[in-house]
Amino acid sequence: MAAKTPEQINEDLLRPLSAPSVRYLIAFACLAAIIIAAAFAFGWQVYHGLGVAGLRRPVFWGFYITYFVFWIGLSHAGTLISAILRLANATWRRPVTRCAEVITVFALSIGAAFPVIHLGRPWLAFWLIPFPSERGLWPNIRSPLLWDFFAINTYLISSVTFLLLPMLPDLALVRDHAAGTKKKIYAALALGWRGTPDQWRRLEVAMHIMAVVVIPVAVSVHSIVSWDFAMAIVPGWHSTIFAPYFVAGAIFSGIAALIIAMAILRKCLHLEEYLQRAHFENLGKLLLVMSLLWSYFVFAERLTAWYGNNPSAMAVFWITQTGSYSPLFWTMVVCNFAIPFPLLAIKKLRTIAGTVIASCTVVVGMWLERFLIIVPSLSHKYLPYNWGTYRPTWVEMTITAGTFAGMGFLYMAFSKIVPIISIWELKEEQHLVPEHIPLLGETAEEGAD
Amino acid sequence: MAHQWGMVIDLDRCTGCEACVVACRAENNISTVGEDQAARGRAKHWIRVERYYEGEFPDARVKFMPVLCQQCDAAPCEPACPTFASYHTSEGLNGQIYNRCIGTRYCANACPYDVRFFNFYNPVWDKPLNLQLNPDVSVREAGVMEKCTFCVQRIKASEIQAEAEKREVKDGEIQPACVQSCPTRAMTFGDLSDPRSEVSRLARSNRATKLLGELGTLPKVTYLQRDTWNGGEDS
Repeated sequence: MAAKTPEQINEDLLRPLSAPSVRYLIAFACLAAIIIAAAFAFGWQVYHGLGVAGLRRPVFWGFYITYFVFWIGLSHAGTLISAILRLANATWRRPVTRCAEVITVFALSIGAAFPVIHLGRPWLAFWLIPFPSERGLWPNIRSPLLWDFFAINTYLISSVTFLLLPMLPDLALVRDHAAGTKKKIYAALALGWRGTPDQWRRLEVAMHIMAVVVIPVAVSVHSIVSWDFAMAIVPGWHSTIFAPYFVAGAIFSGIAALIIAMAILRKCLHLEEYLQRAHFENLGKLLLVMSLLWSYFVFAERLTAWYGNNPSAMAVFWITQTGSYSPLFWTMVVCNFAIPFPLLAIKKLRTIAGTVIASCTVVVGMWLERFLIIVPSLSHKYLPYNWGTYRPTWVEMTITAGTFAGMGFLYMAFSKIVPIISIWELKEEQHLVPEHIPLLGETAEEGAD
Repeated sequence: MAHQWGMVIDLDRCTGCEACVVACRAENNISTVGEDQAARGRAKHWIRVERYYEGEFPDARVKFMPVLCQQCDAAPCEPACPTFASYHTSEGLNGQIYNRCIGTRYCANACPYDVRFFNFYNPVWDKPLNLQLNPDVSVREAGVMEKCTFCVQRIKASEIQAEAEKREVKDGEIQPACVQSCPTRAMTFGDLSDPRSEVSRLARSNRATKLLGELGTLPKVTYLQRDTWNGGEDS
């Protein structure tokens, strides 16, 4: 990076903000079409009733809740990793943080939509908001779903703040390079950022506070998501391991999503010199650690269930190990461990291609993990007379496609509006921070390296 | 002291005739969903007769077990609901307030007895069933959960009647539709807080057992059976 002058960095990273190419517009239109199809499917479901989805007794939660957990898991890519790397003063994080934080905000928004999509009467979702109303009724604070509501909103607000704060200097930079209406818009977005030492100091302090605050928030979110399941006495759900297991799984899938997003950005925006092999390697090592941690959790969870030998838990155990869900289970093990482990553990294979392949299998594997937690347990509860199975319909499939398209759409739009790599952090050596923040010793060191 | 409504079901008397199932549908305005939807697991039966088979053919025996909402005292469905649609009444019933329900279906997942039902579509009644709707029971729209209420409309009617006549509700005066229609009198309903009631007496029987009692849900339905399950002495 040392070879790049600030002007070159500006030019390289502001280039994606120029007028969109035809290819970009075609991709954009395709994604928009898929989103419209998904919106139609949801409208269809609201109009006719949830019966058009594949849900049934006793599997009352299916794809929608799978995607809820899946997307919220992916959202742990950004803010959490970025915050940890910031606090650890890992300087290699600089080109990575913003594209990671954006994943958080968008994946969380998409994930948070699913509890509403899956409702029988989604137009009444606002009843989870505690407000004095003519109903004379507060929401039930004992319900883990209400904890969800608060946890997700807290996380969304903090991760949006965490994304927006370090965007200010870059928005000001775009403002300074723009003219006309564009300049006016960015001037408004930049909130009067002029890059005075005082402003830099405040930004650094705010980022430190946010980085510390956002970590427990992120951990709490996925713990609470896990408690949606663990608090119910459903065989396979009612386990003390669920909260840490879900947090580990979330970070695991989050890193994988981040690596995939970085690879796409690198290719599409020609950022080869900014997102280098070392970034993929470092994230690949983190992914390896999480893969091992996740596998350990699965092993511990399975072994405990097996030794417990509780008949109802064993029904779920065997249906996933050797029964009808076993192909999915073993695919999950291959995707989350057997493939990523050698790819990430062997230095020669830990290339950009290697980490991206591992990340793709991990995302698939983690999707399967969420599905396998939800559906087999619900389909094999205590009374065998009621056992059932679940198969999604076109409605769930279309909404599935819509969420992935939505993620791509939002990401593409964002990368056109804001520099996807934090320009000022790349140039951090050059700005005025270190000398002007005597209060935070660690930050002064960071600037010095 | 408030009443604590409970039920005893004598499995040794149950013939699996499903008269209770039919009576319940008629009493509680439970819509039919049709063959196709029933095959997709959308059928609603506030009470159902579960069939379990013992032994290998030809020495197989079938066992019938009517299962309805157990009206648990520590009901897993109640803390699950974020909007208090599922809540505990002062008379120990698991109330289900349809108007509060937003359809998270979390209660149904949490219920170990699988006795909660979801309205996947708006209810329809094939002719002539549309002519026999019970005016005392509200119908439920698409997107809300429903379940056995112990025929709360009958309980309330008897209580109001008794209050008007300035007396206590008599034991056996209240009969939910399933109890009323059982030809072998396998089902008994009454007040568990009154130790002299028939239902309390039967619940103390040495044949008494609770369905999934080990889960700590404190169900208010008691099953009576000789110990013949799992190839006991008597079989």
